[in-house]
Amino acid sequence: MVRFENVGMRYGLGAEVLHDISFELPIGSFHFLSGASGAGKSSLLKLIYLAHRPSRGLITLFGQDVTIAGRRDLSLLRRRIGVVFQDFRLLSHLSVIENVALPLKVKGEPWEDIKVHAVELLNWVGLKDCIDASPLTLSGGQKQRVAIARAVISRPELLLADEPTGNVDDDIALRLLHLFEELNRLGTTILFATHNEGLMDRCPHPRLHLAHRSLSGPTLPQHGGTGAG
Amino acid sequence: MFWRRRDLALDADPVRHFLPWLMAMIVYLGGLSLAGMMSLSAAVERWDSGLQGTVTVQVPAARTRAPDGAVDKALAILRKTEGVVSARPIGGAETAALLEPWLGRDALGAGLPLPRLIDVRVETDPGPDLGALATALDGAVPGTVLDDHRKTLDRLIALVRSVELVALAIVLLVAIAAVATVVFITRTGLAIHGETIELLHLMGAMDGYVARQFQGQALELGLKGGTIGLVLTAATVLALGHFAGAVGAGLLPQLDFGPEQWLALAAVPVGVTVIAMITAHFTVIGALKRLP
Repeated sequence: MVRFENVGMRYGLGAEVLHDISFELPIGSFHFLSGASGAGKSSLLKLIYLAHRPSRGLITLFGQDVTIAGRRDLSLLRRRIGVVFQDFRLLSHLSVIENVALPLKVKGEPWEDIKVHAVELLNWVGLKDCIDASPLTLSGGQKQRVAIARAVISRPELLLADEPTGNVDDDIALRLLHLFEELNRLGTTILFATHNEGLMDRCPHPRLHLAHRSLSGPTLPQHGGTGAG
Repeated sequence: MFWRRRDLALDADPVRHFLPWLMAMIVYLGGLSLAGMMSLSAAVERWDSGLQGTVTVQVPAARTRAPDGAVDKALAILRKTEGVVSARPIGGAETAALLEPWLGRDALGAGLPLPRLIDVRVETDPGPDLGALATALDGAVPGTVLDDHRKTLDRLIALVRSVELVALAIVLLVAIAAVATVVFITRTGLAIHGETIELLHLMGAMDGYVARQFQGQALELGLKGGTIGLVLTAATVLALGHFAGAVGAGLLPQLDFGPEQWLALAAVPVGVTVIAMITAHFTVIGALKRLP
């Protein structure tokens, strides 16, 4: 599903923030991406959700070499990837349901179809009473659930989470993580970036660890979980 | 209801309220220049057709001291010439009446020598050989001048054409101003909503999808500003037309527009709107190139 071979990345003319990264995420897997703040987790995710180009190396997404993909192809690839950000990135001038609907609207689907789907998803994340609310009135945990609903509404094959639990309490973080696990059981491949050791310890998924610009792993969890892979 | 809300909150930007008025001014200036151009070219046409087929023969004053023999000689030649429809001598009193507003009654009363004029209608296309006719007249009555008004008219038309060129330049400048305004508005919008645009981009929005949001804004601006500008233009043209009609001088450019001219004026806001939308499209597409 995702394959990196000797990938390096730099911003502008700066030093490499990622160095010789190689790994593979099989279809249907669930991986944590760990590492201290500033270790390059966000940069690595940006390469996967195609917000940044690698400065060297080979990245293959869904069997397609992204370095030679055209602009239109990149947009079509992005539609197969859902992203959840630490800071939610909800649009405050739109209602909750309009935010959730956005990825399908971008695809040009008719509102009637989108609405049914969006309501269903908001139900699933437990926010059916907030459909027409403004995101500004929601708590951090609620905002992140809206963001998750938005990330999955277009049924992405790959779901990336960039510290999605960074701005919420631990018990809410665990509930959010369970949502991701449920999606994984339904077949979505997941890469979950976090530096919350406690959270990772409670779930048996293999870890990719970033330190000193390089990647180690995947390492299997100590508790004998099998992971999915 | 849902789709009327754009993904980008462009309406909330601080300069929004002022923009339709800016577009209105652009449309108004463009419309007025166009109205001026159309009215001038209509005037030129009228002058041209009005003076077409008329020639004035001027018999010098020195020759007319004597009885009307010189005028009769000239008339005889004119009436013999093929292509001349009619030749009517203008009487001394009538000539004096024509000159009175310029010279005053006293000067004329003092026996100022006046040339005699002959109003001549000629066939057009093909007309008589005016060069040969002038030579013949000068031969018979030395000093006689034949004026086909061409020189005066040509100068007048040259003047009008240069005014028209200025008006055309204004129309072009107005178009450039419209483009510059939209580029500025769109760039500002792109800067203010950069994060949202990046988010849409990451969701897989095509460049055209983002561009359409700005095109929608340009369309709205064009419609609002265009309507205001067109109403102002129409009001100005009608008012000026009313005053020009009151003066009633045949030589003044008139503003009594027909349907074609009104249609041309209505095309100004449409043109400005189309220019605005195209400009917005290419500005956004160009700016999005920096996103991978």
